[in-house]
Amino acid sequence: MQLRSRHLLGLEDATAEEITLILDTAETFREIIERPIKKVPTLRGITVLNLFYEPSTRTRISFELAEKRLSADTVSFTPGTSSVKKGESLRDTVQNIEAMKIDMVVVRHSSSGVPYFLTQCTQSNIINAGDGAHEHPTQALLDMFTIRRKYKKLKDLRVVLVGDIKHSRVVRSNIWGLKTMGASVAVCGPSTLLPFEVEKFGVDIFTDLDKAIDGADVVNIMRIQLERQQAGLFPSQREYTNLFGMTRERLQLLNKNYTIMHPGPINRGVEITNEVADGDSSVILEQVTNGQAVRMAVLFLLSGKKEEE
Amino acid sequence: MTKEKIETLMDEKDIARAIIRISHEILEKNSGAETLVLIGILNRGADIAKRVADRIKEIEGIEIPVGLMDINLYRDDVHSKLDQPVIQRTEILFDVVDRNVILVDDVLFTGRTIRAALDQIIDFGRPRSIQLAVLIDRGHRELPIRPDFVGKNIPTSKDDRVLVRLMEKDGQEIVVVAKSGMKKSPSEIKKALKSGKKGGKK
Repeated sequence: MQLRSRHLLGLEDATAEEITLILDTAETFREIIERPIKKVPTLRGITVLNLFYEPSTRTRISFELAEKRLSADTVSFTPGTSSVKKGESLRDTVQNIEAMKIDMVVVRHSSSGVPYFLTQCTQSNIINAGDGAHEHPTQALLDMFTIRRKYKKLKDLRVVLVGDIKHSRVVRSNIWGLKTMGASVAVCGPSTLLPFEVEKFGVDIFTDLDKAIDGADVVNIMRIQLERQQAGLFPSQREYTNLFGMTRERLQLLNKNYTIMHPGPINRGVEITNEVADGDSSVILEQVTNGQAVRMAVLFLLSGKKEEE
Repeated sequence: MTKEKIETLMDEKDIARAIIRISHEILEKNSGAETLVLIGILNRGADIAKRVADRIKEIEGIEIPVGLMDINLYRDDVHSKLDQPVIQRTEILFDVVDRNVILVDDVLFTGRTIRAALDQIIDFGRPRSIQLAVLIDRGHRELPIRPDFVGKNIPTSKDDRVLVRLMEKDGQEIVVVAKSGMKKSPSEIKKALKSGKKGGKK
C-alpha cells in the first residue's frame, strides 16, 4: 500500500487505506519522539522549504521539528523579510527557491488553492499546511490519530465539530477524513458561521450545542477566528459563550468516555472554559505531540515519491 | 521457461539445533545471562530472538528482555527508491545502557541491514557491547561486519535468494535457497514449497 499522490493537498479525495497508512506509520514516529535520541537519519539529503505566508506557531514548529527529527535540511521562509515585500509573485518566489535544489515544500497561505497551484509550477513534493478556508489535512490527520489512539477505532464514533464551521479549514479536512474512516460526524455553530450549502457535507447540522453533543464521544472545538469576525457574524463574545461555549455543565450530555479536543490556539473563556480545556478528558496537548508524529509520517511517505502513479 | 531450482538448506530439526547451539554459545561467551538483552530485527529475526530467549530461560532459568526492531528508517537507500517500505514498530522497552546486546537476524548478506540496526541501537543508549547472531550467513558482505554466532554458513551466488520460513509467520519451518536465474517472487516460492516441488539436493 502506498499513497497515490506525491503531494498532500487535502483529505477530500483520500481513501480509507491511505489515511490508515499515514496513521499506522505515525505510530512508529510517535515511539521515536519518546526516545532519548529523538532523531532518525531517514530524510538525510532531502531539503524541505517551509513556506509560511500566514502566522503559525504550532504547525510551523511541528513541521520544523518533524523535518529535523527525520534529519532533513530545512529552510524557513518569512514573507515579511523577503522579496515578496518588493512585489515578487508567489510563483517566482517558489521557482527561485526551488532552483536552489529543494525537494519538498510545506506551504501555508491565506488563499485556498495555493498548494495545488504550486504543484503546477514546481517539481517538489507539496504538503498543504493550511490554505485559506479550504483544508488543513495534517491537523485533521493528527485529530484522527489522537482519537484512534484513545478508542482504538474511528468507525462508528460520534464526533461533533463545534464553532466557526464557515471559516475553518480544520473542520473541512476533519469532515472528509472522519467520514471516510466511518465516523458519524456532526457540525454545530451559529447559523451565520455555517457555510452556504453546509448540507452538502453530508453531516448532521445543529445550531443548538446541547442537542448536538447529546451522546457524542468526541467534541472538537474550533477557535472563534476573531481576526475573521469583522462582519459581526455574532452579537458578542459573551453571547457566543452562553450558546456555544463548552462548559463543565455541558460535559454531562456526552458519552461516559468522552474526549475534548481543540486545534488551538484557544480563546480561553470564549469557546471553552479553563476547567474543560485543562480537564482529564482534554487531549489538547496530546494533539500537539501527535501532530509531530503525523507530520513525520507524511514527510516520510511522500519523500520517496518522484512521480505520480 | 527457467527451470525451478530450490534447494532445502535446513529443516525443522536443523533450525531447532542451530538455535540451541547459538543460545549455548551466547551464554558461554558472556559468562551467563545477567547482562544480556536480545533485539530481533523484524520480522523473522524477532521470532528467532524470542526462541533464543526461551532456550536461555530453559538453560539458565533467567528471563532475558527481548526487543523488536524495524530498521527501515535507518536504511541508506530509503528515499532513493520509489517503493516506500511499510514501517513497523520498534519496541525496545528496556534500557540498553551498559548491557550486552545480542542483535538477532535470520540471514546475514551485505551487512547493510546490520549497519542500520547498529545505528538504531546506539540511538537508544550506549550498550557495553553489541554482538550479532544470525541463523544463516550467506556471505557477500559490502561492509566490514562479522557475526559472533552463526547457525549455518552457506556459500551462495550473489543472485541467489535465501528464504527462511518460520512457524510463527509462515506456518512452516524451513530454510531454502532459490538459485540464481530464477525470477520467482517469494510468494511463488512459498506456493511451490507448499505443493512439495522441492528440487535440488539437501
